[in-house]
Amino acid sequence: MFRASIFEFRILIQMDLYREEILEHWQNPNNFGKVADADLVIDQVNPLCGDQVTFSFKIDRGKIKDVAFTGSGCAISVASSSMLSEYIKGKSIKDLEKLTGQKVLDLIGGPVAPARLKCVFLPLEVIRKLKDN
Amino acid sequence: MNVQKVRKDFPILARKINGKPLVYLDSAATSQKPKQVIDAVENFLKTSNANVHRGIHTLTVEATEALDHAREKIADFVGVKDVGEIIFVRNATEAINLVAYSWGRLNISKGDEIVLTIAEHHSNFVPWQQLAAENGAILKIVSVDGNGEIDLEAFEKALAKKTKLVTFFHVSNILGTIAPVRRLASSVKRLAPQAKILIDGAQAVPHLPVNISKIGCDFYAFSGHKMLAPAGIGVLWGKREILEAMPPFMFGGDMISTVKIEKTQWAELPLKFEAGTPNIEGAIGLGAAVDYLQKIGMENVRKHEVGLTHYALEKLSKIEEVEVFGPKEVSKRCGVISFKIGSVPAHDVASILDSEGVEIRSGFNCAEPLADFLGTGPLARASFYVYNTKEEIRKFIEAIEKVKEVFHLSPKHEARNPKQNQNHKKINFQTVSNL
Repeated sequence: MFRASIFEFRILIQMDLYREEILEHWQNPNNFGKVADADLVIDQVNPLCGDQVTFSFKIDRGKIKDVAFTGSGCAISVASSSMLSEYIKGKSIKDLEKLTGQKVLDLIGGPVAPARLKCVFLPLEVIRKLKDN
Repeated sequence: MNVQKVRKDFPILARKINGKPLVYLDSAATSQKPKQVIDAVENFLKTSNANVHRGIHTLTVEATEALDHAREKIADFVGVKDVGEIIFVRNATEAINLVAYSWGRLNISKGDEIVLTIAEHHSNFVPWQQLAAENGAILKIVSVDGNGEIDLEAFEKALAKKTKLVTFFHVSNILGTIAPVRRLASSVKRLAPQAKILIDGAQAVPHLPVNISKIGCDFYAFSGHKMLAPAGIGVLWGKREILEAMPPFMFGGDMISTVKIEKTQWAELPLKFEAGTPNIEGAIGLGAAVDYLQKIGMENVRKHEVGLTHYALEKLSKIEEVEVFGPKEVSKRCGVISFKIGSVPAHDVASILDSEGVEIRSGFNCAEPLADFLGTGPLARASFYVYNTKEEIRKFIEAIEKVKEVFHLSPKHEARNPKQNQNHKKINFQTVSNL
């Protein structure tokens, strides 16, 4: 019984992962492109699946004034980049240091199978690099 | 070959993935293991385990005999008469690194040329790239044509007086292409007789009858885990006279004959290249895997996979959104099928197939230069072996329909849907120097 319920749960995770909202972000992502006169450009790759993103930032007094991303990746990493780029606009780099993986999962809005966490967290890796730059 | 009987030998095929029966289509990454192999390893560990080539007690003698016997079986399986030429390594990667570090660093220097193909696995690309970066050698990278075959004209053009090593896959892990290895080797003998030939056989030995001594090469590498054996055991074959002239790759126990404070003498082949306690149970597992494959017969393995590949290619060709890479003719390829479904990212294809119990590979599949060359980006890849059935391919096709259902949208952005590169029409080979 217990095993069966785990299987059902995992199938739910899979199907929920590809719900309409995610696919729409993939189809037509927010902030896709490059910001003009970027103050900072950060690349991130996920060698496991070949995902690659480049984020460009316009920064003003420690705050993200504008952000955009390009790259090629799976639907999940593109949707996550789209949602996260929208979320970080206007926030201070200092505040973003506190951004947790859980918060990103909340933004995505659903459970994510362990194998796909790396895809979801690809843009978070970029944000973690902000303070080093 | 009775595939239902074969399937009963593989315990893992009884399990379920996400509540669905396992459809394992990732044998090009690693194969599943039959109980005959599992039992051989377990039986050795339970009854004869001891270190090899050490002391004289009963167990060490039994363990040494078991290791030697495994080596003899493997040599026979790939048509090698001199057992001393069969060197146990961890995998094809280590075999190639052994050649690169030992033979390569002794024989390849600044300005010398290494000829290889654009479709090499990272394991047969990075070692040569790094050697070139270290000592100024030159890489000559031969293209594949639109059908996924090595461009023979470019290959012959790349061969020259300065060529020291020519290396190529026997079967491509992405395109499935079977390279015409005997023909390539004879071209090398004719146009660059001074060069040595290394063949990466990791995807060939598990799936085709291979007789190394008839190819005309100098080195041949393969892995056990792709041919029903446990991970951590593989083989480098090399011609005796070349191996004898090579310095050891690693130093330590087992690879010596005498050690004095001032000087050490190396052991005879193959032990000269097998420093430290080897993967004894792995080698025994590989011996059992060879027994298993020989019992089926490699001709029958090939026949079975040709049937599956033909069936899969035919089914896939009927799905408009699916694009398949590699040779169109089944006679020119193995059961490795890389594909794309419209603009759906490969990783999402694999994810949705997994929810249906169908396990495939996705990504650059350890051949990023080829993906760049073809301009495909990451690919999805299904690969077959002795235990796969047409019924499983039907499930695979059904799961692809599911992907189409989930991804009913197409991305609007051009960058999400890169145009394919037509490189292979223009470039014959690239010369890369000053790395």
